[in-house]
Amino acid sequence: MAKIVTDVVCPFCGTLCDDLEVKVTDDNKKILEVCNACVIGTEKFLHSQAEDRLKVPQMQDEEGNWKEVSIKDAVEYTAQTLCNAKKPLMYGWSSTNCEAQSVGHEIAELVGAVVDNTATVCHGTTLIAVQDVGVPSCTLGEVKNRADRIVFWGCNPAHAHPRHMSRYSIFPRGFFTGKGHKARKMVVVDPRSTDTAKMADVHLQLEQGRDYELLSALRVALRGAPLPETVAGIPRETIQDVAATLKSGRFVIIFFGMGVTQSLSKNHNIDMAISLTRDLNEYTKAAIMPMRGHYNVTGSGQVLGWQFGFPYCVDLSRGFARYNPGDSTSNDLLRRGEVDAVFVLGSDPGAHFPISSVKKIAHLPSVCVDPHHTPTSAVCKLHMPVAFVGVEEAGCAYRMDNVPIETRKVVEPPEGMVSDEEFLKMVLKRVREIKGVA
Amino acid sequence: MRLSEVMMMETVTLTPKAQPDLYIDAENITPDAFAGKTAEEIAAIHVHEGNQTGLLGTYFEVSGKGGATAAETKIVIKGDVLRVKYIGMRMTAGEILIEGSADMYVGAWMEGGRIHVTGNVDAFSGTGMKDGELEIDGNAGNYLGAAYRGDWRGMQSGTIRVHGNAGSDIGTFMNGGTIVIDGDVDVHVGTHAEGGTIIVKGNGKSKIGGQMVKGDIYVFGTIDVMMPGYVYRENVDLEVDGTKATFAMYEGDMGERHGKRKGQVIYGHIYQKY
Ligand code: SF4
Repeated sequence: MAKIVTDVVCPFCGTLCDDLEVKVTDDNKKILEVCNACVIGTEKFLHSQAEDRLKVPQMQDEEGNWKEVSIKDAVEYTAQTLCNAKKPLMYGWSSTNCEAQSVGHEIAELVGAVVDNTATVCHGTTLIAVQDVGVPSCTLGEVKNRADRIVFWGCNPAHAHPRHMSRYSIFPRGFFTGKGHKARKMVVVDPRSTDTAKMADVHLQLEQGRDYELLSALRVALRGAPLPETVAGIPRETIQDVAATLKSGRFVIIFFGMGVTQSLSKNHNIDMAISLTRDLNEYTKAAIMPMRGHYNVTGSGQVLGWQFGFPYCVDLSRGFARYNPGDSTSNDLLRRGEVDAVFVLGSDPGAHFPISSVKKIAHLPSVCVDPHHTPTSAVCKLHMPVAFVGVEEAGCAYRMDNVPIETRKVVEPPEGMVSDEEFLKMVLKRVREIKGVA
Repeated sequence: MRLSEVMMMETVTLTPKAQPDLYIDAENITPDAFAGKTAEEIAAIHVHEGNQTGLLGTYFEVSGKGGATAAETKIVIKGDVLRVKYIGMRMTAGEILIEGSADMYVGAWMEGGRIHVTGNVDAFSGTGMKDGELEIDGNAGNYLGAAYRGDWRGMQSGTIRVHGNAGSDIGTFMNGGTIVIDGDVDVHVGTHAEGGTIIVKGNGKSKIGGQMVKGDIYVFGTIDVMMPGYVYRENVDLEVDGTKATFAMYEGDMGERHGKRKGQVIYGHIYQKY
């Protein structure tokens, strides 16, 4: 027999779809089928069902041999590592719930660590720009119901956020957008001809690394000031046409991704895009939104912001919160040899960081907390397997538009497995004992 | 002038002896913190290595003594301090001579006095500088004389002179003062500037003067790609930091807001030497 759990939230990408239906066995132990999710979302649920899943913590010795240890030993090693370090790095936090993040930050404060999330290699530059010039944004609901000019700049939702266009941005018929995609104009800016670009009304195939110039040119065009013949390889007339198209809309939304946040000019690209959005508001309503990747990276920024005032790379080593990307960001700390222990939870720097940083992790006391054995686990001294948040554990997550959504528990984790939050609470308790604080 | 008002310059010499395992924050290496102190007292000043608080004397041999005031105190650092951050932070007067290279934030938020580095400095040197003089014989890293994150008040006044090259993002949100680079610079020069002068005697790359509201940027060498919001106006003969030449004068950034003076719109300027 089987039953169906409805309104399940997908814990994969920042779209955080909340309309999934999951068929589970009557004893709540096994997932049988996932409905409504895209392929990657479905995979995330089914992955938790893998037979060969790691269930016991493992430690790696000098020679690279793994041996199983108890959860108590894992807690002890983690607490000692963090307490003995002069400047531990606690990285990740994007694929877990806000509850776990909050406990992690408490530990970080006690041990004087640096807390950084995956924004550091993703939308951190966006956060810098927002701090510099502010941000006129909105919710995805407003996009669905109002937006008729959709810009995708340096992002490819067709592959990275598969249900984004059908749920919010291009196809849905909303309150004031009854004609669906027929009444929407879609502009894609990307040096590559992606599957998203192929759907666009206008594809600006600009030269690589010239987003800053093209965004600036759009602002110049809006003001009716003269432009050079081509900017970033795009003819002046095309730029002026696009500026006119945006101006004539009732509601403009600019979505952007890592194509602009991590290419030449980084935060300046976003700074310019936000300035363009601000300028557009002199003619019509316009908003801008980052296409956040990990399902709760937005939440990590929210919780860090609420607790320490900064959204990522928060350095607590001196007992107060400091922040400066370029100095307190994970890759700079690792590359320069500024940290002496590494704790990773809810991310896989082993797969995403430059090899020079990964090598540094391999030489330090290190812990990886993750449901899977990842490339990060391979270089860490301790791998701590945990339950899947959003599948085997509920909790709060923030969608890319900063809307908090309570994720649901769908099935029970395997016998004896703890969640991120439970593990962190055990570590916190032990850290308190070592530090002698009540 | 009364005798008691005569300046009595004293010198404190710091000779690096132990390397920290990680990096140290040494915002207390300033004439302000050293003034009125003996070598022993200076050796007991705090520095921070991660979450540990240590003593300056652990990492440096200290000799000499501080003058009566910051203005009468000169600090000489003998050798490289590549793992020391924040030297000269917020100093108001006096002098620091680094005979070697230093790490990040040299002279950050400095308000007066003079820092001379014979080697290189890393990123964020002269961040949010209010006044004073910073001279680097070698190269400077990124964000030289830029604003701290989120601050719209970058460099206010004073002079930064680099004899080698500088990195990207120099003079971001600059409001006043002068930055002179004898060599080349990387992308983004004077972004969001609302005043001040940047002189690049070598080559620039691109993204020069982006979002600039007001201020002057001089480039003696090449500019790979000019920002689209700059319009050529005329040729002008100028003397810039001792060099007489003809420059092509551009106004912009046309995409940015601009104020008016006597009915005239005030733009930012880029001058490129012929
Ligand atoms: S679009 Fe994202 S949140 Fe929605 S089902 Fe796919 S992976 Fe999950």
